[in-house]
Amino acid sequence: MAVIQFQDVTKVYPLPAGDVVALDGVSLDIDSGEFVSIMGPSGSGKSTLLNIMGSLDVPTSGDVYISGSRIGVMNDDELTLLRRDHIGFIFQHFNLIPLLSAVENVEYPMILRGRKTEARKRAVEVLAAVGLEESLYTHKPNELSGGQQQRVAIARALVNEPDFLLCDEPTGNLDTKTGTGIMNLLSRMNDGGTTVIVVTHDPRMTEYSNRTISIVDGRLA
Amino acid sequence: MTFFDLARRNTERHMFRSALAIIGIVIGVVAIASMGVLGNSINLMVGDVVSDVGDTIIVSPAVGGGGIFGGGGASTGLSERQVEDIRRAIGTNRAIPVITGADRMMVGATTGGVMIYAMHAEDIPYLLEKESGAYLKETAAACMIGKGLADSWKDEGLKLGSRIRIGDETLRVVGILEERGMSFDVNPDHAIVVPHRWYSDRYETDEYDQVIVKVRNVNDIDAVKDAIDERMNRRDDVVNVMDTRRILESITSMYESVTLFLMGIGAISLLVAGVSILNVMMMSVTERTREIGVLRSIGTRRNELMRIFIYEALILGTIGAVVGGILSFGGGYLMTGVFLGDSTYLFNPTSLLYIAFGMSFGVGTSVLCGLYPAWKAAKLNPIQALRHE
Repeated sequence: MAVIQFQDVTKVYPLPAGDVVALDGVSLDIDSGEFVSIMGPSGSGKSTLLNIMGSLDVPTSGDVYISGSRIGVMNDDELTLLRRDHIGFIFQHFNLIPLLSAVENVEYPMILRGRKTEARKRAVEVLAAVGLEESLYTHKPNELSGGQQQRVAIARALVNEPDFLLCDEPTGNLDTKTGTGIMNLLSRMNDGGTTVIVVTHDPRMTEYSNRTISIVDGRLA
Repeated sequence: MTFFDLARRNTERHMFRSALAIIGIVIGVVAIASMGVLGNSINLMVGDVVSDVGDTIIVSPAVGGGGIFGGGGASTGLSERQVEDIRRAIGTNRAIPVITGADRMMVGATTGGVMIYAMHAEDIPYLLEKESGAYLKETAAACMIGKGLADSWKDEGLKLGSRIRIGDETLRVVGILEERGMSFDVNPDHAIVVPHRWYSDRYETDEYDQVIVKVRNVNDIDAVKDAIDERMNRRDDVVNVMDTRRILESITSMYESVTLFLMGIGAISLLVAGVSILNVMMMSVTERTREIGVLRSIGTRRNELMRIFIYEALILGTIGAVVGGILSFGGGYLMTGVFLGDSTYLFNPTSLLYIAFGMSFGVGTSVLCGLYPAWKAAKLNPIQALRHE
């Protein structure tokens, strides 16, 4: 079953110097349980593809279905709820909330869903599953290493049991050894049934995926 | 952890900046509340000092009046006939005609000037309360003295039963009046009250300076006023008819205007503080643009994000208002004590209401000034916010 469906999707950014076509007639399906790498050079349309997959943006034309919902017709609130309930985001810069401890960062998406009472128990479970030491749960992000922060970010992305994880250069800010550890973790999550989509320009990432989508000049290669 | 916790932690993150914003609110709240308390205390004091408000109408000769009833334009008082007309106009309510004069009095070997009120003996209990002794009889050569006069002439031997000489006549003090405070009709605290007959015999006058009308039902004040006015001023303005309640209302209205003006100045300082909150929060929105992008991307709705920022403004405003309220209470206590000599006015509910008002205004201004930054944060495009460095 496809968790993401793109049907002849075009995205155009109107600029004063003229329209920029970021995606040009892209069609693709990503099924549940897949580990997909999306690769392409800078300016190829990777980020636009990622933003639309993440319901952060909508297409100019064509249809996009995320977890069965057609995002082109959804308002901001509906898109936000779609992200909250169905998508787990992992960023290159980790993007943890600096005011919250590791465990609170993981709890936060559950609190947004109104599952406050079970949030702490579930957050601890997920943090344990991503391999973060228990003594670090109450640490603030600035007290954690890059690898530890990314593990917390993965836990945060997983805590609401999303339909897929959307990872934007997840190892881009990590050294090779830590990056490998993170990719192994994502691979393990995928083995457990989680759909993983990694946007990267690092060819080594493709070793972990079972499908690679290449994009050049806004078109699938 | 809730949205409120997030807001609280963010105010703590920039403690110094938050403290400065709070100080602004504190100053504004103190300015509004203290000015309000002071103005209200002055109003209360005036209300306390003026004791005869409510059921009293004062009828006095119109300036240059007299008319046909007064028997000519030269008359300066109210004749017995005019008093009778007033009595007819007011029905069952009581008219108390009063003559006001002054003379020199001698107690023992000491002489001094004194104000004299002459009234019909049967009217006195309806107007003045006695503290000790007895009320006057119309035929007696006696007087009642005000409490203030009794106190200030105590060393000269003035007391119940002592004798006062006025000219070649002697009056025996048969009663001491209760302290009455300042009034619009008579102020007997430092005066003597004598029977009308004694006064008219001695000073050969048959005209009154005013007629005090005590109205049984305060709701009838306007009707009684109108009745007097209609009867007495049908052709010419013979008498002035004053309602003490209205006089006090115009005085309190004047003080209220002054209070409002002073509070307005305080409100300006609070608005300046509000602008500082707006500034602090706009800086916060700019600094946290990326964080806002993260919050939005992981599923925080616009209204939830707005709540976080409004809570921040609410926290700053509430702390400022509470501290300001406490300081206003202290400041109000000091100011009423220093300027009015009586700090108890501060504890009057209406004074406390001004502190509550100042605090509410402080919180309200803060939240209002937090709305725009909150709206701006909520409207940020998550993609652009995530790219923000």
